[in-house]
Amino acid sequence: MRILLVDDSRTIRNIQKNVLGQLGHKEIAEAADGVEALKAIAESKPDLVLIDWNMPNMDGITLVRKIRETDKALPLIMCTTEAEKSRVIEAIKAGVNNYVVKPFTAETLAEKINTTLAKLTAAAAQ
Amino acid sequence: MDVRFINPFIAAVKNVFNTMVTTQITVGKPYVINASQEPVADVSAVIGLSGDVVGCVVLSLPMQSAVNAASKFAGMELTPDNPDFADALGELANMVAGQAKSNFTGFNVSISLPSVIIGREHVVSQSRAKPRLALPCESALGTFHVEVVMVVNRPSAKQAPAAATV
Repeated sequence: MRILLVDDSRTIRNIQKNVLGQLGHKEIAEAADGVEALKAIAESKPDLVLIDWNMPNMDGITLVRKIRETDKALPLIMCTTEAEKSRVIEAIKAGVNNYVVKPFTAETLAEKINTTLAKLTAAAAQ
Repeated sequence: MDVRFINPFIAAVKNVFNTMVTTQITVGKPYVINASQEPVADVSAVIGLSGDVVGCVVLSLPMQSAVNAASKFAGMELTPDNPDFADALGELANMVAGQAKSNFTGFNVSISLPSVIIGREHVVSQSRAKPRLALPCESALGTFHVEVVMVVNRPSAKQAPAAATV
């Protein structure tokens, strides 16, 4: 499984990589903003994308909307400090499949990733 | 600064450091910064606030506390010359500001991307028109403080944050 991590903080991307590594995921690409992420998606065709909200050049919510213009199926998990209900609703309406609020524990992030993938697998099987 | 906004910052500092740095933080009594007794820092991570509340949040640390916090957060030794050092501290400030503002119920607030200043014994000089509040913090990583300047720009028509106790 190819996973793309989109966050302007390399520290956060490293933490996410560690969690993903513990879950057995090794094919991981990274992007530091929405513009880089769109290029990475076109090039590497990830199976899952984790997206931060507040980033330079193109923020995460804009990135989600751009992705959903052409790809309704790509699993997207927003991983962000934006915790207000209105933000969560906005992200869901934009098309994310799940939402993780920073700060997060490794266990929470792992659970959200596994839940997202399990739901999509179940939906695909029907 | 409206005291009702203090508790969210206290809670945010504790939660962010406990969750991401596995470090307990003891927050001392908040105090208004006196212009004649400016706290100095060696590293400051600055986040701007805009929207219904405008202002600034600054995570200010002496160098050793900053090295300890950044290194523990990143899971590896980080020194100030490493670009990940500023990144780690900026992200900690980002999470503190983000979590605090999410508890300003009914207020629509945006946060800026972090800026990190590294320089021995510097002062982050903000607008002196508004009171600046300092939250002194102690931990196994060392001491540091969180500085907050905030003004309600447009009181929300909805619920305000719960009353804070200091």
